Amino acid sequence: MSVLAVNSLSKNFGGIKAVSDVSLSLEKGEIVGIIGPNGAGKTTFFNLLTGIYTPTSGEIVYNLEKQVTNKDLKPHKTTHYGIARTFQNIRLFQNMTVLDNVLIGFHNGLKYGVVSALFRLPSYHRTEENTYKEAINLLRKFNLFDKKEELAKNLPYGDQRRLEIARALAAKPKILLLDEPAAGMNPKETKELTDLINWIRGAFDLTIILIEHDMSLVMNICEKIFVFDYGYLVAHGNPEEIQSNEKVIKAYLGEEAKEC
Amino acid sequence: MKKIDKKNITIILALILVYTLVKVLTKMEIIDSYLQLNIVLIGINIILAVSLNLITGFTGQFSLGHAAFMSIGAYTSAILTAKLNQPFILSLLISGSIASLSGILIGIPTLRLKGDYLAIATLGFGEIIRVLALNTDYIGGAIGFNDIPQYTNWTWIFLMVVCTVLVVNRFINSYHGRACISIREDEIAAEAMGINTTYYKVMVFAIGAFFAGIAGALYANYFYFIKPDSFGFMKSIDILVIVVFGGMGSISGSIVGAIVLSMISLFLQSIPELRMVIYSVILFIIMVYRPTGLLGKGEFKISKKGAKLNVSISSK
Repeated sequence: MSVLAVNSLSKNFGGIKAVSDVSLSLEKGEIVGIIGPNGAGKTTFFNLLTGIYTPTSGEIVYNLEKQVTNKDLKPHKTTHYGIARTFQNIRLFQNMTVLDNVLIGFHNGLKYGVVSALFRLPSYHRTEENTYKEAINLLRKFNLFDKKEELAKNLPYGDQRRLEIARALAAKPKILLLDEPAAGMNPKETKELTDLINWIRGAFDLTIILIEHDMSLVMNICEKIFVFDYGYLVAHGNPEEIQSNEKVIKAYLGEEAKEC
Repeated sequence: MKKIDKKNITIILALILVYTLVKVLTKMEIIDSYLQLNIVLIGINIILAVSLNLITGFTGQFSLGHAAFMSIGAYTSAILTAKLNQPFILSLLISGSIASLSGILIGIPTLRLKGDYLAIATLGFGEIIRVLALNTDYIGGAIGFNDIPQYTNWTWIFLMVVCTVLVVNRFINSYHGRACISIREDEIAAEAMGINTTYYKVMVFAIGAFFAGIAGALYANYFYFIKPDSFGFMKSIDILVIVVFGGMGSISGSIVGAIVLSMISLFLQSIPELRMVIYSVILFIIMVYRPTGLLGKGEFKISKKGAKLNVSISSK
């Protein structure tokens, strides 16, 4: 059964059709790429998937631990359902340390109440200590352990991107949505990111959807690619099919696609 | 673990020392009644500033209605102690609770607003409370509320200040507190990480309003007399100035800010013509040279090497 099914999803902003009549489905464990020119509606599509926007029409169905439809989707509930995301323009908690950023990611899994925080009951100490250990583990895996006391805003760009992914993973998601993870990276960093995404899919048992303009990344790791243009889903298929698809070449890739 | 115990003991010893010192000096009449009044005011300002800091400094919700919560607390306590003859401890708790309740009621509709809009909405709330108090004859209206028994003394002030600081500090150092700070940093990202931002905003509003209510009760039961204009817009600004002066997001900053600003206006008492001018100049200089406030976002630490960020539990 598909993890995520989208049926004729549309979103209008006034007269502008940002996403129109998009249907697609995702299998568990896939890495799926969404590509398309700027303004094609990719990020709007992500915002619909994470409940930031409500669809004008159509439906979204997640088959995670339980079935979740777009009516249940509220931004603050998405991680609870097992959906986590990163943002196109990195949204870290700038004035918090790297460690605290990751600790926030664990928010949904934590359970003690305000009262036990005020009286420092055993549940407070137990939970905080466990979370701290888990956070440290996660930071080690992402090579950020040495920088755990630094403020997030002081990290180099590549580290900020990685920290954002680590923070999303702290929420223990089943589906991870990455919005342009390679934006602003040089080829070497993109290569590292490609390996990282491949590795986290296996290590954290994830289904990954990513928006990306960097074709080397998309063509390398995505098993399936969806192409958006002017809000419509114009093509889908595996990388080879997409590269030779007339519509895609016309809409977006142009001459470059032939070189790939 | 042992280190922490040591630190706690130092703090407790310091607190006992401060408490007995003031107590003894008052007994020996080195601290005269004028100085005593200022100590009470400093205490009330600390409670107000620390509780507003939770709302404005840590959670990033710009509120200009803090004096209104204080007013609610003050009038509640006045009614309870003067008209209904209730014990002070009970009236303190009820004052705090009613202020807290009104914080929740006003918070639910307004906390969806952001920045300047929230400021205007809370400002309006403050005015509504003031006008209500002005026009209610039962609590004295514009004449004010007279003959409130004086229960507030150094012990009460001291206990309540310690209580406020302890609660706010412990709240901030829990995952609830981290959630609040993340709302200040980036609301959209906080929501994407599973934080129910409305819930936490209303919660800090409730906690902040509770302590503002207690501060109001302490105020009412010290000065015998309260009037609606004491809790106007200017009072809210005064509290905000302390918070910004001390450092948004620093509890010790608020404490230092309350003490320093009260001291400054105390020393300037002798030159009344220039008092507000010098006061403003000092504020101006602080804002130019330390825009993040006296202590910035850091906390004042006794034993640690440098100033660390306030939320790390890593020091454990």
